[in-house]
Amino acid sequence: MHGVTDTLQIIKRNVKRNFRIPQLLIFSSIQPIIFLLLFNYVFGGAVRGTGSEKYINFLLPGILAQTALFGAIQTGVGLAEDLSKGVVDRLRSLPIARYAVLTGRTVADAVRNVFVIILMSVVGSILGFRYHHGFGNFMLAILLVLFFAYSFSWVSAIIGLLLKDSETVQVAGFLWVFPMVFASSVFVPVETMPSWLQVFARNQPVTQVVNAVRHLTQNVGSSEAVLHTALWASGIIVIAAPLAVWLYKKTV
Amino acid sequence: MKNDNAIEVRGVSKHFGSLKALDDVDLTAARGKVTGLLGPNGAGKSTLIRVMTTLLEPHSGTVFVDGVDVLKTPAKARKHIGLAGQFAAVDDFLTGRETLEMVARLYHLPRKEAKQRAAELLDRLDLTEAADRQTKTYSGGMRRRLDLGASLVATPSVLFLDEPTTGLDPRTRLQLWDIIRDLVKRGVTILLTTQYLEEADALADYMYVIDHGKMIAKGTAEQLKSSLGQDVIELKVADKDLQKAREALQKALKQEVEEDELTRRLLLRTKNGSDDLLTAAGALKKASIKAEELSVHRPSLDDVFLAITGEKAEK
Repeated sequence: MHGVTDTLQIIKRNVKRNFRIPQLLIFSSIQPIIFLLLFNYVFGGAVRGTGSEKYINFLLPGILAQTALFGAIQTGVGLAEDLSKGVVDRLRSLPIARYAVLTGRTVADAVRNVFVIILMSVVGSILGFRYHHGFGNFMLAILLVLFFAYSFSWVSAIIGLLLKDSETVQVAGFLWVFPMVFASSVFVPVETMPSWLQVFARNQPVTQVVNAVRHLTQNVGSSEAVLHTALWASGIIVIAAPLAVWLYKKTV
Repeated sequence: MKNDNAIEVRGVSKHFGSLKALDDVDLTAARGKVTGLLGPNGAGKSTLIRVMTTLLEPHSGTVFVDGVDVLKTPAKARKHIGLAGQFAAVDDFLTGRETLEMVARLYHLPRKEAKQRAAELLDRLDLTEAADRQTKTYSGGMRRRLDLGASLVATPSVLFLDEPTTGLDPRTRLQLWDIIRDLVKRGVTILLTTQYLEEADALADYMYVIDHGKMIAKGTAEQLKSSLGQDVIELKVADKDLQKAREALQKALKQEVEEDELTRRLLLRTKNGSDDLLTAAGALKKASIKAEELSVHRPSLDDVFLAITGEKAEK
């Protein structure tokens, strides 16, 4: 089977893309830093009493999840761009495994997310973030965020294949990612929301991943969230990945 | 189905919604020759190329490339096919060398061979000097050559070129023609779409004309030209004399005289070029109209194209 080497070649190409196009790098690194600074210093004072002494300890797990999700939008954007530029046609005319174009894209975006998550952790620690549940759990938290983002990359790939235009995909990306990020425990405790919204906010996967990261880094809340996140991410991949490959095969 | 035809398309139809992009299309391309596929924008050229190169599945019909059933075994067919598209699908952020090495690796050449193959193609396409620059610094012609190079990596036996020279300056176009001729010498079968009729005339051994999804003509350039069966007399006069000249000629030759609105020339199709030329000259002299230019020529492919598609060839 050539699937693995095909995927590796596509990963190589996409990683080069992610790191050689300056606006992409800025988008994925400067923007989350700005978010972190803004939320920490603008809202930090107002949102006290969040369970940890410092807002940054509450905020960073949320921002990590948010950054990873925004990164996932780029999977669909990049795919749509390759479709419209004819790159996908070129790849499809080669005798390569059909899924390689998609796995190569999602894995390359995960590689970029590794870079961004490390950067965010460094900036977070400069702002005063500290983990209080051991280094091992901190690493587990980062892996969990990456795994979670990887599953959303596949959802994003589906959107990219359906909409086929990179700008539309970008806009649509914010439409589905924003409600998930804001109606969650990313920035504020869910208990402060109206009860009808709490039903959604409590049960959606973004809250699970954020609670899991808070548990693993701050030793607050229950460890159940870790399991829930892993289940959510696995479930999303099991459904979204075959659907994306199927869509890719029949995309004109 | 191994025979002398490198491409055999039979009864292919493809519709998008109610639009018939391809309507019962047949096409064969002889091995080792250049076959031209001509037609105005939106005629179905690119759709047919996409069907023949496994990118698009038709609703009906059969397609064989190099004896391989493209619709039943697309993966196998891809090993025989090279495709260079009109968009020059070249990644801005990769260097020329990286692009070719990646494609070679995707054709499953071992790493060392992939490097060799890339270097060889860069050299052949005169890109060695620019090989290690990102392709966003390349000119249009260089991008086309690199794109062509990518389609040649696996030495395909059948090469599909979808408008390979659209938008290129004349010198760069001639350069690409040389590369294409060189490929033919090496025994590659080429199917070429183009909007430039002189390109088809210069390169293609046999051509098909497609319009509104239907094949409307086929033949060699000579056959297509003589199918009109007529010479063309062309006359240019001062604009103020145009109407008068037209009437004088119509009267003398007893036939309709067309006016080419673009060039403001009068055109007269005739079976009897040289005789009618003299008659036309006499008639003009009698009406004391001075001809700025008066000539008779065999129909060009443009004339053929206009006559059979019934609309102006898009340049």
